[in-house]
Amino acid sequence: MSSGSQTAEKGHAVRFEIVNLDFFYGAKQAVFGLNMKVPTNKVTALIGPSGCGKSTFLRTLNRMNDTIRNTRVKGQILLDGNDVYQIDSVRLRRRVGMVFQRPNPFPKSIYDNVAYGLRVNGFKGRLSDLVEQSLRRAALWEEVKDYLHKSAFALSGGQQQRLCIARALAVDPEVLLLDEPCSALDPVSTAKIEELMFQLKDSCTMVIVTHNMQQAARASDYTAFMLDGHLIEHNETSKIFTTPKDPRTEAYITGRFG
Amino acid sequence: MERHFENDLEELKQRLLWMGSLAERAVHQAVHAVLDAEEHLAESVLNEEPAINEMQIEIDDRVQRLLALQQPMAADLRFLLAVSRINGDLERIGDQAVNIAHSAMRILRHPQVKPYVDLPRMSELAETMVRDSLNSLVKGDEDLAQSVLQRDDQVDRLRDQLFRELLTYMMENSAVVFPSFELILVAKNLERIADHATNIAEDVIYYVAGRDVRHPALDRR
Repeated sequence: MSSGSQTAEKGHAVRFEIVNLDFFYGAKQAVFGLNMKVPTNKVTALIGPSGCGKSTFLRTLNRMNDTIRNTRVKGQILLDGNDVYQIDSVRLRRRVGMVFQRPNPFPKSIYDNVAYGLRVNGFKGRLSDLVEQSLRRAALWEEVKDYLHKSAFALSGGQQQRLCIARALAVDPEVLLLDEPCSALDPVSTAKIEELMFQLKDSCTMVIVTHNMQQAARASDYTAFMLDGHLIEHNETSKIFTTPKDPRTEAYITGRFG
Repeated sequence: MERHFENDLEELKQRLLWMGSLAERAVHQAVHAVLDAEEHLAESVLNEEPAINEMQIEIDDRVQRLLALQQPMAADLRFLLAVSRINGDLERIGDQAVNIAHSAMRILRHPQVKPYVDLPRMSELAETMVRDSLNSLVKGDEDLAQSVLQRDDQVDRLRDQLFRELLTYMMENSAVVFPSFELILVAKNLERIADHATNIAEDVIYYVAGRDVRHPALDRR
């Protein structure tokens, strides 16, 4: 088992290395020979048209696809040099948290939503301190600190999504996967979450799938463009959106696609 | 809500103002190289020109990045467009200062043609126009920017006066043709510097008030 992190281009530490990844839903191949290094403590955005495989790829990173019947993975997904299939899936999903498109808080209080993961993982310490810390990291504390025992469903959509982020952060993951986290939210909530991602990335690697290119441009350090299950181009966001190398990338980001 | 984008905009403004200070200093030193016959001031202008050019590239790079990545709207968009234009004017001001410095070095080889009266007045006007145009950006002050636009005619009149006077000197005494010609070039350079300052002021008005005040003679109906 290799330990430590490899180095991507430009000397950045690497959190995930994906090697020749193929993914199949039954007989249908959805991801073809994908190779990528995800830099540590940066935001990487996955963009591409519907059906390009970006969400499928995202879900391989914490083996969420295992819950879907008849799927097959070939190739390697290495988290800090360790194959994710050699790590217990529950432990993996604690280290690699996920936030989904529709906010999905538990039918519990705000406090219990955040505390749940800690209790289940047998956390020993002052629970309320960690709940507060997670809510602060998710930029939600000031709005809910006097209502921690209110139901999570009393919150607005944007607040619920930030609660889901706090819940994921509570178990101190190394990585946060976000699958179109803002597509159900209004522009102000979206801006708050993008700003939150900017604050968080110093302590957490993030991979975000977004169909909103402008969000990828605003919020990410690296962008990967996928098409028909293939990774077409992967580079610093500033380079992708000013001087993309591949004409297909250029066609997509300038809206001339199709 | 504070966005980290605002830090980027503020940083860009500071870099532009720094470039402005370099351009102002270049003009001041170049002019005094002529007025005080100080060769080292001319050399200083020539040595510092690359720094101004590097900043032009850096600022354009920052503007491109912010436009591509942040989809700025309204005043933010106008600000970035204005910065891009002001950047070009500051670089040209730097070039004009270099031209003055070259003229200074050539003039130094000759005795002074005449006491300098209009030239210091012209340079003072041009320098304060540059300074005020940049201050109007710092303060978002439309009135200050307007006052810069109004001073351009004065500079043009002084240039014309200088031309006429030096022509007379040249016609009377062929020995002073060479330095007089260089002084005419210096006056021309100063007039161009004042024009660039008015361009900067127009860009500030565009940014602050959203009005394009270039080419007032154009019918905008």
